[in-house]
Amino acid sequence: MEYLEFLLDPANWELGQSGAIPALVVDHLFYTALTLVIGALIAIPVGLYIGHTGRFAFVAINAGNAGRSLPTLGLIIFLVTLIGFGLVPVIAALVVLAIPPILTSTYAGLRAIDPASVDAAKGMGMRPLQIMFRVEIPMALPLIMSGLRSATLQVVSTATVCAYVGLGGLGRLLIDGIALNQYDRVVAGAVVVALLAIILDLGAAALQRLVVSPGVSGRALTRTSNTPSKRAVPAGSDAPPSEAR
Amino acid sequence: MIDYISSNTEVIWRAFSEHVFLALIPVLLAIVISLPLGYLAVRYSKLYYPLVNVSSILYAIPSLALFLLLPPIIGTRVLSPLNIIIALTIYSVALMVRVVADGLNSVDPTVTQAATAMGYRRIKRLFSVELPIALPVMLAGLRVATVANVSIVSVGALLGVGGLGALFLRGLQLDYLDPIIVGIVLSVLLAAVCDSVIVLVQRRFTPWSRVGGRA
Repeated sequence: MEYLEFLLDPANWELGQSGAIPALVVDHLFYTALTLVIGALIAIPVGLYIGHTGRFAFVAINAGNAGRSLPTLGLIIFLVTLIGFGLVPVIAALVVLAIPPILTSTYAGLRAIDPASVDAAKGMGMRPLQIMFRVEIPMALPLIMSGLRSATLQVVSTATVCAYVGLGGLGRLLIDGIALNQYDRVVAGAVVVALLAIILDLGAAALQRLVVSPGVSGRALTRTSNTPSKRAVPAGSDAPPSEAR
Repeated sequence: MIDYISSNTEVIWRAFSEHVFLALIPVLLAIVISLPLGYLAVRYSKLYYPLVNVSSILYAIPSLALFLLLPPIIGTRVLSPLNIIIALTIYSVALMVRVVADGLNSVDPTVTQAATAMGYRRIKRLFSVELPIALPVMLAGLRVATVANVSIVSVGALLGVGGLGALFLRGLQLDYLDPIIVGIVLSVLLAAVCDSVIVLVQRRFTPWSRVGGRA
């Protein structure tokens, strides 16, 4: 039980106490939210543009793979060594990691739309922007959301590692615990950050179901393009946890 | 840069080979573990959602946290490479179980019916009909798992076992970009090579499927 000492000590759960677990959770959520907002503001419009026009498709297709193969720790340390310690290089690194899953899935979401729906919208007299906002985005939303969900996982996870280069948040417990040789502190950090990640993932999955129009969440996710097998993604499903981390 | 590489060849080589070992052993273990699990999820469809949900929960755990939580649970030392290998195996299995199950589920039922009508028994049908048809989907998942593993291994450097990650930490400590760049380039190259090998395997073994387009 000595592993759990730090986790179970009420003093470490005091609200508003800096360095206590609640404050670290708030920090962690702040970094995650900041990164996701910036990442989404960049990746969703670009993904929509690429998916809508079909131009630069190779960027969207390869972004996912390239993003996955970049070693996260290396990228963070590279930016910190280049720019110096501080919030900016770390958030920049996190944004770089958040963009590929969102970009790739936004693009994939738009490409998976049955062209007949877009034609129908055109036939009804919708303008390009109306088609984008009232047809394409709602129909692509399940995949866009699953991209955001993957990005959330990736960012929560990587923000933990960022404690090594001075970022706050729950990673502090892990990194400081290793440095101080206090294993109960490490376990507390690991348990809380694991729970936080799981809760955020479940929350994102619930949100995904909530925001997707009922007309879309049915069978509309059947992939039609160049997939030889008739692979239907189950309704409202979480895309394979492919982009994360 | 050239100076750094030539005077540190041995360090770089050791870090690289450790990296290959730590990243790829879990992939092999995951193939062995996830095939039967994925098959079970298809054969007994009640198991599908429990297996997939547990997988996605395990997959959500941040890598650094999992590396550090394993020692008290399985009784390894904190600095043991086993933690990294087991953690990466868990991630890879979590990803692959779903992919194997979805791959097998994607086989057109008329195909399996035809195979049955031709006299294939369950096991023979699995190996000579269903698995080959599901192979492209499964290999796509394997690519994701492999590339992700190569990238995550370096996080292990924070615990003293991280292959090329050691170069990142050295660069940070010395405020020196060369080892960091060498580490990133080698890691990305390793991921790209592993990825291409799997693509080649897919082309070789599923000549009937059209390759390309999908990331």
